Amino acid sequence: MNSLISQIRISLVATIVLAVVLCGVYPALIWGIAQALFPDKANGSLIMRNGKIIGSKLIAQNFTDAKYFHPRPSSAGDFGYDSTSSGGSNLGPTSKKLMDLVKERVDKYRSENNLSPKALVPADAVTSSASGLDPHISLRNALLQAPRVANTRGIDEKALVEKIQANTDGRDMRILGEPRVNVLTLNLSLDAS
Amino acid sequence: MNYFGWIQLALFVGLLLALTKPMGVYLTRVLDVDGKTFLDPIMRPVERLFYFLLGIDPKNEQDWKQYSFSLIAFSLVGALFTYAILRLQHLLPLNPQGFGPVDDHLSFNTAVSFITNTNWQSYGGESTMSYFSQMVGLALHNFTSAASGIAVAAAVVRGVSRNSSKTIGNFWTDLTRIILYVLLPICIIYSIFLVSQGMIQNFKPYETAQVINPYTAQVIKKDVNSQEIKDERGKPLTEERKVETQTILQGPMASQVAIKMLGTNGGGFTNANAAHPYENPTPLSNFLQMLSILLIPSGLTYYLGRTVKNQRHGWAVWSAMATILLVGFLVCWWAESNGNPHFQALGVDASAGNLEGKEARFGIFNSALFATVTTGTSCGAVNSMHDSFTPLGGLIPMLNIQLGEVIFGGVGSGLYGMIVFVVLAVFLAGLMIGKTPEYIGKKIEAYDVKASVMFIMVPVLSILGFTAWAAISSWGLAGLNNAGPHGFSEILYAFSSAAGNNGSAFAGLNSNSYWYDITLGIVMLLGRFFMIVPVLALAGNLAKKKLVPPSEGSFPVTGPIFTIILIGTVLIVGALTFFPALSLGPIVEHYIMTHSSTLF
Repeated sequence: MNSLISQIRISLVATIVLAVVLCGVYPALIWGIAQALFPDKANGSLIMRNGKIIGSKLIAQNFTDAKYFHPRPSSAGDFGYDSTSSGGSNLGPTSKKLMDLVKERVDKYRSENNLSPKALVPADAVTSSASGLDPHISLRNALLQAPRVANTRGIDEKALVEKIQANTDGRDMRILGEPRVNVLTLNLSLDAS
Repeated sequence: MNYFGWIQLALFVGLLLALTKPMGVYLTRVLDVDGKTFLDPIMRPVERLFYFLLGIDPKNEQDWKQYSFSLIAFSLVGALFTYAILRLQHLLPLNPQGFGPVDDHLSFNTAVSFITNTNWQSYGGESTMSYFSQMVGLALHNFTSAASGIAVAAAVVRGVSRNSSKTIGNFWTDLTRIILYVLLPICIIYSIFLVSQGMIQNFKPYETAQVINPYTAQVIKKDVNSQEIKDERGKPLTEERKVETQTILQGPMASQVAIKMLGTNGGGFTNANAAHPYENPTPLSNFLQMLSILLIPSGLTYYLGRTVKNQRHGWAVWSAMATILLVGFLVCWWAESNGNPHFQALGVDASAGNLEGKEARFGIFNSALFATVTTGTSCGAVNSMHDSFTPLGGLIPMLNIQLGEVIFGGVGSGLYGMIVFVVLAVFLAGLMIGKTPEYIGKKIEAYDVKASVMFIMVPVLSILGFTAWAAISSWGLAGLNNAGPHGFSEILYAFSSAAGNNGSAFAGLNSNSYWYDITLGIVMLLGRFFMIVPVLALAGNLAKKKLVPPSEGSFPVTGPIFTIILIGTVLIVGALTFFPALSLGPIVEHYIMTHSSTLF
């Protein structure tokens, strides 16, 4: 019995001591180093304009106007792109609701971008991402949207394609992941010029 | 299944293989109380201070019963500690969003989930948990439950390797050394790297951004109980809402994510877990997150070989794990690359595969590999939504968990789980060829086989029993997000994940209800402690036995034949047990998807 009580006493002490080291000292140390070395990233890669935060480079923001590139559909929160309620649709491969949604998005994408009714639509343009905050679209998706954006803005499509390429990240170290276009930074570069 | 995928796969497996020996050698030194490491100058004084505060003699070893008791007492105290923090969240500091106390059933579920190394998320991190709750209530167990798992694995390996010994080590010494010499140092470097990729680490309240393109969104109307309000034809009513701002979350994420991956915990800072762009910003961070899940479990196989003085046995176990992992991955990758024929019929470009619930920066390859790795181990972090995988693509993660979390498995739990399968494999092989079963000089007798079978039966009974109950109960069906066979898969996945202490989910299932929180909590406890006690009993019993030098009649535990027998044992137990249930879920759904236009 004595040994049982002593084990519980050790458990209590261990919990407190470990909490101080692992939940106090350790995160504070990482916070200090992170804020010193990578202050921008550690605070969310925020983008400022005229002293106001207008978004984060890493978090998708919705764009609906024809003069902007549109991000992937989002299931985060009640109306999408809610960074405090991240998540996917979680609809399965035989879900009627999912197929209805995809059909609606395919039709919308074709009509917005003046595509023929038979044209294949890029998968990333009509499926919602895992986080609902995916800041990227595929290069093909961006190129298909380019004529619409160029027309609406009355700018040269070639110059626009160069802008797309400037906002495209290749595979990390030329191998890892997929090439991708950052929608928010691309749209900001359009507004800036 | 393109060329870039194959290169990434080769790179991944190559790096894992290269890291196994150094990690294993290092673990061998840490798990020996007299072992010397290069961190001794810094960590020795801290270690001594710990022993002084705990009031223990680090060299005073325990028998298996004392070892189990220490572990259970420590886990129980930890559970109460976290339960209290969650319930009192509103009174504690570092709560800039002003979150209220967490519900009682959700607090129970979450506390159990973290002490058992499961990290099942019935909660949405960014909308429920204060920074204090995340950092202290949850992240503490990311360290301690991982260290406890490794400690048990070490105790079992000592049981196998010692000659006529009553004791199997000291739990407190193992816990201290694993945390100070392995988990903490790696996490410090690893979190800084994660921040360099774009992960956040701060204590600020959430930011509000003025969006560039304000718009009007259609929002489904909900009543006070957040049920959709429908019109007379059953269509949900919508209302317009002007969106002019976006809330951007903040918090001490990097320090928590590092241990979440390294300790195969998997509980995300956010609801979307490693799919969230903050929680996994780049393909490079993703690659290292996958590697860090496997680092310790893989190194432990080397530790096994070194400690029992049969390195080829360690590699045979590694090969069995790696083979099952790779075969499962190839099936998952193939299924997700092929995509969903229903999408293709609607005019979606098939070449990109099934992108529903996946992130553009990861694509199919990295989503499928992450899903396979996170479920083969008991990690459970996700970088894509398994619920939206194709039926066969989603079958692999589920089967990985059901095979007993031994495909590298959780830190520690993977190794001790696999040793149980090794004991069964030599027993079965011994029966077949008429030799006395023995495992590295230890005779395998009735007691050992009984303990092993108990270990295997616990998850089987909990998964199938509770799934059956939920599938015919109104509380079970109320949480479903999908109908038809996919709904059944959601339930089956949830209980598999809880029993396997995995924590990933077919996340459409709304499990934050009284009954799901409680039943899943019970299954997590069964899947942890009702497995650790038999396996420590096995360790204690093996330790007592004399080491017999290998003879002509010994069954070899090295080489390809042994590896195949071991894989066979794992697959036969898992497949025979779960095939009927899987047929009702993903398998029938696959045929419905490919051979009909039926939708649910």
